[in-house]
Amino acid sequence: MKDAFGLPQSLLVLGGTSEIALATARRLIARRTRTVWLAGRPSPALEEAAGQLRGLGADVHTVAFDALDPASHEAVLGKVFAEGDVDMVLLAFGLLGDQARDEREPEAAVRVAQTNYTGAVSAGLVCARALQSQGHGSLVVMSSVAGERARRANFIYGSSKAGLDAFAQGLGDALHGTGVHVMVVRPGFVRTRMTAGLPEAPLATTPEAVATAVELGLRRRSETVWVPGALRVVMAALRHLPRSVCRRLPV
Amino acid sequence: MSADTDSLPDVPGLDHTTVTGWGRTAPTAARLIRPRTYEEAAAAVRECGARGGIPRGLGRAYGDAAQNAGGSVLDMTGLDRVHAIDADGGIVLCDAGVSLHRLMEVLLPLGWFVPVTPGTRYVTVGGAIGADIHGKNHHVSGSFSRHVLSFELLTADGEIRTVVPGTPLFEATAGGMGLTGVILTATIRLQPVETSLMSVDTERAADLDDLMARLSATDHRYRYSVAWIDLLARGAATGRAVLTRGDHAPLDALPARRRDAPLSFRTSRLPAAPALLPEGLLSRTTVSLFNELWYRKAPRARSGQLQRISAFFHPLDGVPHWNRVYGRGGFVQYQFVVGHGQEDALRRVVRRISERRCPSFLAVLKRFGESDPGWLSFPVPGWTLALDIPAGLPGLGTFLDELDGEVAAAGGRVYLAKDARLRPELLAAMYPRLDDFRALRAELDPHGVFVSDLARRLHL
Repeated sequence: MKDAFGLPQSLLVLGGTSEIALATARRLIARRTRTVWLAGRPSPALEEAAGQLRGLGADVHTVAFDALDPASHEAVLGKVFAEGDVDMVLLAFGLLGDQARDEREPEAAVRVAQTNYTGAVSAGLVCARALQSQGHGSLVVMSSVAGERARRANFIYGSSKAGLDAFAQGLGDALHGTGVHVMVVRPGFVRTRMTAGLPEAPLATTPEAVATAVELGLRRRSETVWVPGALRVVMAALRHLPRSVCRRLPV
Repeated sequence: MSADTDSLPDVPGLDHTTVTGWGRTAPTAARLIRPRTYEEAAAAVRECGARGGIPRGLGRAYGDAAQNAGGSVLDMTGLDRVHAIDADGGIVLCDAGVSLHRLMEVLLPLGWFVPVTPGTRYVTVGGAIGADIHGKNHHVSGSFSRHVLSFELLTADGEIRTVVPGTPLFEATAGGMGLTGVILTATIRLQPVETSLMSVDTERAADLDDLMARLSATDHRYRYSVAWIDLLARGAATGRAVLTRGDHAPLDALPARRRDAPLSFRTSRLPAAPALLPEGLLSRTTVSLFNELWYRKAPRARSGQLQRISAFFHPLDGVPHWNRVYGRGGFVQYQFVVGHGQEDALRRVVRRISERRCPSFLAVLKRFGESDPGWLSFPVPGWTLALDIPAGLPGLGTFLDELDGEVAAAGGRVYLAKDARLRPELLAAMYPRLDDFRALRAELDPHGVFVSDLARRLHL
C-alpha cells in the first residue's frame, strides 16, 4: 500500500534490466519498497539486477516477460498481480535502435516500434486493468523528450515514444477517479548503456536524477514529469519551431 | 464513479469513488455503501467481496484508516438515531453513526456532556470507539472506550454480538480501527454539567521546560488541559506555549443574564474554506507570523474566563473543510507519545522539529493519564505531541522516519488514527499487544472480510 507520500511497498518493473528502472527501484527500496518484481527476458543481467536489489534488503522475484509477445502479457502479469497488490508498475522497457541501420532495415525499425509502442500498449492495458481492480496504484511510464517532437536524428525511436506518450496520457485520463495514478516521465538524454557512445545532448542527466524525479512525482501525484525540469520549457519552445528550422538543428 | 471510465467497460471498479482521510493524501477507490438499517449493514458486510470492507464515519481520521482500495467502504453516518437517554443516570444508547455534535445538541439541554471529545465534534460514536479517541481530559477520564458500557458489533460471520468491557473482543475493538467488525450501537456513560460554558485559565510558558513543569505541577487541578506549542520558535524560546485549562463552569459562575438558559448549546460557523487553494499557503513565513501573533495575543495569565464549548474544544470546527488550506497535496498529522521519564526524547524531538523549521501551526502538547484497555489504544502515561505538516514539504518522509526512531527508542508510539506513513517494521515495538490483536482477528475473521488501506500498509 502506498503511504501519504505516494511511496509504494511493492513494485513491478517491466524492463527489469533498465538502468533507469533499477536506479528508481534502489531509491524506492531505501524508502518503503519491500517487494520487487523484475520482469524481463530471462538473462544473467536480469538475475544480477535482482541479486543487487536483494542486497538492499528487498524481497525480489524475476518474471519472464517479453514485450514483443503481447499474447503472453495477460498470463505473465496476471500471475504477479495474483500474488498480492502491486502498488507501483514502472513501465521502463524500450529499445533505442540504430537510426541509420533501422532506416535501411525496416524489420529492425518495426522491432523498435513494437517494443516501445505496441508492447507497452499491451502491457500497459493489462496492468491498468489489474490496478483498477485493486482500486489503487501508480503506473509510471518511461516516455522520452524524443517523443515530444520527432527529430531527423532519431525519428524512429522518437515516433515510438510519441505513440507511447500519447497512449499513456490517454490511459491516465481514462483512469482518472479510479484510484489509479498514471505518471508520464519524459527524461532527456540519460547517461546509460543505451546511450553509451552517442554524442551527449544538452541537459543530459543520470538514472539517479530520474529516480529522484519519479519519487517527487509520486509525492505530488504528478501526471507529467520532465527530467531535468528545465526540459519542460525547452521542449515547449522546440515544439513550436518551424519544421524548416527544426530539421537543421544540430541536436 | 467517473464518466471518463466508460471507455474501459466491464472493468471492476466502475462503481467506485475515490476516498481519502482528513489529511487528503493517498486517495484510493472503493465502493461507498451507506446502510440505513442494521439489515442493510449486514447485507453490505456479506456482499463486500474479495477485497473486503471497512466502516467509515465522518472521515476525520487523518490517514488511510477508513479507506479500502478496490473493496467496500461502509459509510455509517446513515445509522444516526439516538435510541434512549437515561436523563437521571446519564447514559445514552445510540447508533454508531451518531456524531458527537449531535449528542451535544441532544444531551446538553438535559445537563449531560459527552465523556470525551477530541478536537472536533464531527466524529461518530463508532469512530470514537474504533480509534479509541482521547481528549483534553485524558489525564482525568481516560479514553472514550472507558466510558462505553457496551456496544453491538456486527462481525465477519454476519452475527451481531453484544460486547462489554473486560472481554477480549471489547479490548480488540477499542482502538481496533474498525478491523474487528462494524459497531452498530453503543451505550455510553455521560458527564454531568451545570452549564454549557467552560471556565478557562490561560497562561503562557516561556519554553518547553517551563511548559512541562507547569503541566506536571498543576494539571491535576483541571479536568481539561492542553497546551498549544510554537514549534517554529527557536533558541531560548524553543517550545514556548500557551496553556489553556479548565472545567465546565458551575451555574454560580455565570453572570445573571446567562443563568436563564445555562445549558443552551451554541456554535458559530464561518464560511467553508474554498475547494481550490494554492499550495504553500502555509509557509514558514505565514506560519511563524501566525504563531507569533497567537503567542502574543494570549494573556500571560488569566483565570475563570467563560468560553463556549465550541471555542474551548473545537475551534477548527468553526471553519468547515479547514483541511483544504493545505492545498491539493494535503497534509500529515504526526502524533506520538513517550512515557514519563522520557522527557529527554520529547525535548530532542521538539528541538529537531524546531530546527528543521516545519511550518506547523497546530501543534499541541498534552500529558496523558493511565493507559486504556484497548490493545491498540494509543494513550500511555506520558507526553503526547501532535502537529500538522504540509505533505509536500521536501524530505518530510525521511524526517518523520527519523522522529519515529527517536519515539520508538524511547518506548513510545504513534497514533494510528493519525498515521499515513509509519514504517511497518516499527509497529510491533510500538504496540506490544499487536500479536494478540492479529490472533483475535485471525480467529474472528479468518477470511479477512474487514480490511483497510491502513491494515494493508501496516500489516495489522
